[in-house]
Amino acid sequence: MAAKPKLHYPNGRGRMESVRWVLAAAGVEFDEEFLEAKEQLQKLQKLQDGNHLLFQQVPMVEIDGMKLVQTRSILHYIADKHHLFGRDLKERTLIDMYVEGTLDLLELIIMHPFLKPDDQQKEVVNMAQKAIIRYFPVFEKVLRDHGQRFLVGNQLSLADIILLQTILALEEKIPNILSAFPHLQEFTVKISNIATIKKFLEPGSKKKPPPDDIYVRTVYNIFMP
Amino acid sequence: MATKPKLYYFRGRGRMESIRWLLAAAGVEFEEEFIETAEQYEKLQKDGRLLFGQVPMVEIDGMVLTQTRAILSYLAAKYDLYGKDLKETVRINMYADGTLDLMLMIALAAFKPPAEKEEDLALIVQKAQTRYFPVFEKILKDHGQDFLVGNKFSWADLQLLEAILMVEELNASVLSDFRLLQAFKTRISNIPTIKKFLQPGSQRQPPPDSHYVEVVRSILHF
Repeated sequence: MAAKPKLHYPNGRGRMESVRWVLAAAGVEFDEEFLEAKEQLQKLQKLQDGNHLLFQQVPMVEIDGMKLVQTRSILHYIADKHHLFGRDLKERTLIDMYVEGTLDLLELIIMHPFLKPDDQQKEVVNMAQKAIIRYFPVFEKVLRDHGQRFLVGNQLSLADIILLQTILALEEKIPNILSAFPHLQEFTVKISNIATIKKFLEPGSKKKPPPDDIYVRTVYNIFMP
Repeated sequence: MATKPKLYYFRGRGRMESIRWLLAAAGVEFEEEFIETAEQYEKLQKDGRLLFGQVPMVEIDGMVLTQTRAILSYLAAKYDLYGKDLKETVRINMYADGTLDLMLMIALAAFKPPAEKEEDLALIVQKAQTRYFPVFEKILKDHGQDFLVGNKFSWADLQLLEAILMVEELNASVLSDFRLLQAFKTRISNIPTIKKFLQPGSQRQPPPDSHYVEVVRSILHF
């Protein structure tokens, strides 16, 4: 039996959370090794055999005999493997465009806890504006125009998963962020109710809580020179 | 006859350069519309062809593509530069993602104030020499082949050449400790389509200068 994938990252969301979402949505069980101290990272960076961290960075996922790095590469590999990347090159490219845009928005959320406290409130306003003006109208229109449950090709894809992740993360900071987007509201409910995703959203899953001071401090300790 | 792909971007490297490289390497002729004013940009946005209101944008095969990595992945797949199976594709993606990170740092440094820019560029050269180039040198050493993945020219080789040349513009001796990368650079540069792209008169853009920075700032309002 194939070994479970193993995720290497601090115990928190960051850039690994999207990977957790996609593995969970695909119904793939995985193990995690949490980075808690700089020494652990250095050990991973130093190991000569097999280049454990290709560019000395995490996320890193051990899967199918490989050590994958670079969040997007990891997400693409899992999506390809588990049929979450469309039926043909055109669908795949559409999914890719949607994912790339959503990841740009998610990036603001990922970086937020590491901003100076004075800048954090301003940034929440910036995130909300970008979501409401640049990103959500696009997805609202896509859903409204084709009337289907999923963004692309009438089946679950990486685009749906990453969008749901981003919407829920934004709702934690701005509860009414979807108020002008009825199709996205419906989308959120429908995708959340997919069995594997519903399970991931329940307590006791590997979904991580929002970043707190302990997480921020841990990350600084591990990654600051 | 199929129409040529058309690229929409500022007149400079930025996030479009890797796309120009890929098309050129694949021997595909392409047209460009250079965005030179805020009005032009606003019109593109109003026309609804920029998915998230941003460039790069490429019209190709009846599609309107945005998002740099999505465009690059599409082209790599279309022109058979993406490996023969998922395992090769993911390696190509990892290597390309790494070099894209490095090149994006260089592109963004152009927009920093002079002192910060110098600092950033020095750090980039250091990262190239300690984090990125040793990795690729080792990959080439370990398998002894001419190309990074699958013994066949791929998008990863192209990205690496582009990154090497960009870092060499910052520090001409950056490859001095990397014998295999030096040979790699010569070898890939001599591929006919790439050799042509490296000659004067091609659609390759020069490094960003203060005029480019000014134009982009005025259009994107930052």
